[in-house]
Amino acid sequence: MNLYEYQAREILRRHGIPVPDGDVATTPDEARAIAQRLGGRVVVKAQVHAGGRGKAGGVKLATNPTEAAAHARQILGMTIKGLPVRKVLVAPAADIASESYVGMIVDRGAQRPVLMVSAAGGVDIEAVAAHTPTQIHRLAVDPRYGLLSHQALGLALTLYRDVAQARAAADIMQRLYTAFYAVGASLAEINPLATTPDGKVMALDAKIVVDDNELERRPEIAALRDPEAEAASEVAAREAGLSFIKLDGTVGCCVNGAGLAMATMDLVKYYGGEPANFLDIGGSSNPQKVVAALRIITADPSVRAILFNIFGGITRCDDVANGIVQATQQLPLKVPMVIRLTGTNEQEAVAILTRAGYTALTDMDDAVKQAVARARGKAA
Amino acid sequence: MSIFVDQETRLLVQGITGRDGSFHTRQMISYGTKVVAGVTPGKGGQLFDGVVPVFDTVADAVRETKPTCSVIYVPAAVAASAILEAADAGLPLVVCITEGIPVLDMTRALPFLHEHGARLIGPNCPGLISPTKGKVGIIPGNICKPGRIGVVSRSGTLTYEIIHQLTRAGHGQSTCVGIGGDPLIGTNFIQCLSAFEADPDTDAVVLIGEIGGTDEQQAAEFAQRGMTKPVIGFIAGQTAPPGRRMGHAGAIISGSSGTAAEKMAAFERAGISVMKRPADVVPLLEERL
Repeated sequence: MNLYEYQAREILRRHGIPVPDGDVATTPDEARAIAQRLGGRVVVKAQVHAGGRGKAGGVKLATNPTEAAAHARQILGMTIKGLPVRKVLVAPAADIASESYVGMIVDRGAQRPVLMVSAAGGVDIEAVAAHTPTQIHRLAVDPRYGLLSHQALGLALTLYRDVAQARAAADIMQRLYTAFYAVGASLAEINPLATTPDGKVMALDAKIVVDDNELERRPEIAALRDPEAEAASEVAAREAGLSFIKLDGTVGCCVNGAGLAMATMDLVKYYGGEPANFLDIGGSSNPQKVVAALRIITADPSVRAILFNIFGGITRCDDVANGIVQATQQLPLKVPMVIRLTGTNEQEAVAILTRAGYTALTDMDDAVKQAVARARGKAA
Repeated sequence: MSIFVDQETRLLVQGITGRDGSFHTRQMISYGTKVVAGVTPGKGGQLFDGVVPVFDTVADAVRETKPTCSVIYVPAAVAASAILEAADAGLPLVVCITEGIPVLDMTRALPFLHEHGARLIGPNCPGLISPTKGKVGIIPGNICKPGRIGVVSRSGTLTYEIIHQLTRAGHGQSTCVGIGGDPLIGTNFIQCLSAFEADPDTDAVVLIGEIGGTDEQQAAEFAQRGMTKPVIGFIAGQTAPPGRRMGHAGAIISGSSGTAAEKMAAFERAGISVMKRPADVVPLLEERL
């Protein structure tokens, strides 16, 4: 789950990392009041789960509260990478002497959390990574001992010549490491970690992504979720326990298992079609999940044919068949449906579907070919 | 022979009285696996289905029944703890089926396993099966058939699909291993390839990968350098949207190396036959045998 900048800043602040003052506004009047309280120049920043906000015009400087309100009005109406902006952060416009990057992620290869720092922070850090990777210093942390003081200082000294600043940055890194485990993050970034002309080191912008598997045991983090930031279909899928990603094609896919779901999408493409979605109904046998899945797929007006691909293991084919029959009774289909089922209780499933007037295939390639043909409006 | 699991395997089931644990314990027993004990805290002293003794702790079960392998079906919130308990009690092989374990739990569990000399398979995996010899996990026994092909995969049902295609064409399997779909797993492709290479009863290996990470590229390098047996490879997610990037750090760590195209190219460079779709497995395998 992505956190907004203002939420990430608050987590860092609670862990003792210096962040500038500031507050979040949902209306121009609120933005004006915050700017009034802060005094001086402020920056108005779109709060949205997308990178490149500045380049999209979602970050603006204001010299007085009236200007802050005007910027807020403009930014609050914007859409950045398809996401509407509903909140802005209003913070003092800090004078910046230098910008560094500090990031932490779990590295699959090292099987450890890895801290990455670069003196070349700011908006173009990815270009730095791609073109001059030697400017990025990495350290895999042993989670049995945590980030040790001398390790943090060693990294910080690659960022700052001034020892006082390096010590301040090292302290921030150790606090970031603690925060990472405390919130169950899979990514935490401070970019930029800035120095001010008077030599202070502080986190000017922050990004935190929380591992979805952590949310059940961290209700205070789960409560930070903004359902408005997600497509309605993705919220509905999550609530039904389905994994769903909307795509641009015409063949609606409903599959059990993520690997098989991806392979099914690949096969749709192989036979000349385009998948309308990724949808994994998971390993359970609950017919209600199938009902929810069909509801989500049929709500997409670009879907021209629906393809079920079920390989029964834990999932029982007869449960899926029952779900299909129930769902089509509740919401009659306007597009053709191709069903492939094989594995556990396959024969029971075929009998259920046959009684309801559907045919079930057992071969994956046959089913995908038919679904692609149907989506083009051809008879199978 | 086979790898990791055979007719000598003495299995302990952690979470034997739970919904999934009890269902799959019955499946494993009916497949012929020797299930010697189960663990559910608070149910020690009971008999599961009147046959399998249940213990409160793994240590008790180990002392009384000498298992050689443990399989875990407990909920995600306590699964990392179950893994640690199994390693602590001295089990050399631990298979964790549970999905949804927080990645940070695994960052702490993996060094502990290492210190205790235990091999973990999974988590978030279907387990493994050596057809007719033994099954540990949830791979349906009826789609497998004994033979000389090794299968190793990051996925669940996609693995079944490919095993099904092999079996239908008459190619039986020595062992099928699902190593798990999580970012941090106990046993990787290379360790499985190396075990298959050493197994005199495996002639060729089918490797099923996915987008994300660079495990497949490392496996390809290993296959080129350290294997004499043919390898057939598949990557799921050729059409997956690049989407959902994990901020800058994700791009810095993996660059474009996590894509299906990168992985398939690495396979080709290493002399691995690349399937474009699951149904290619049989013709490509027959070409190489």
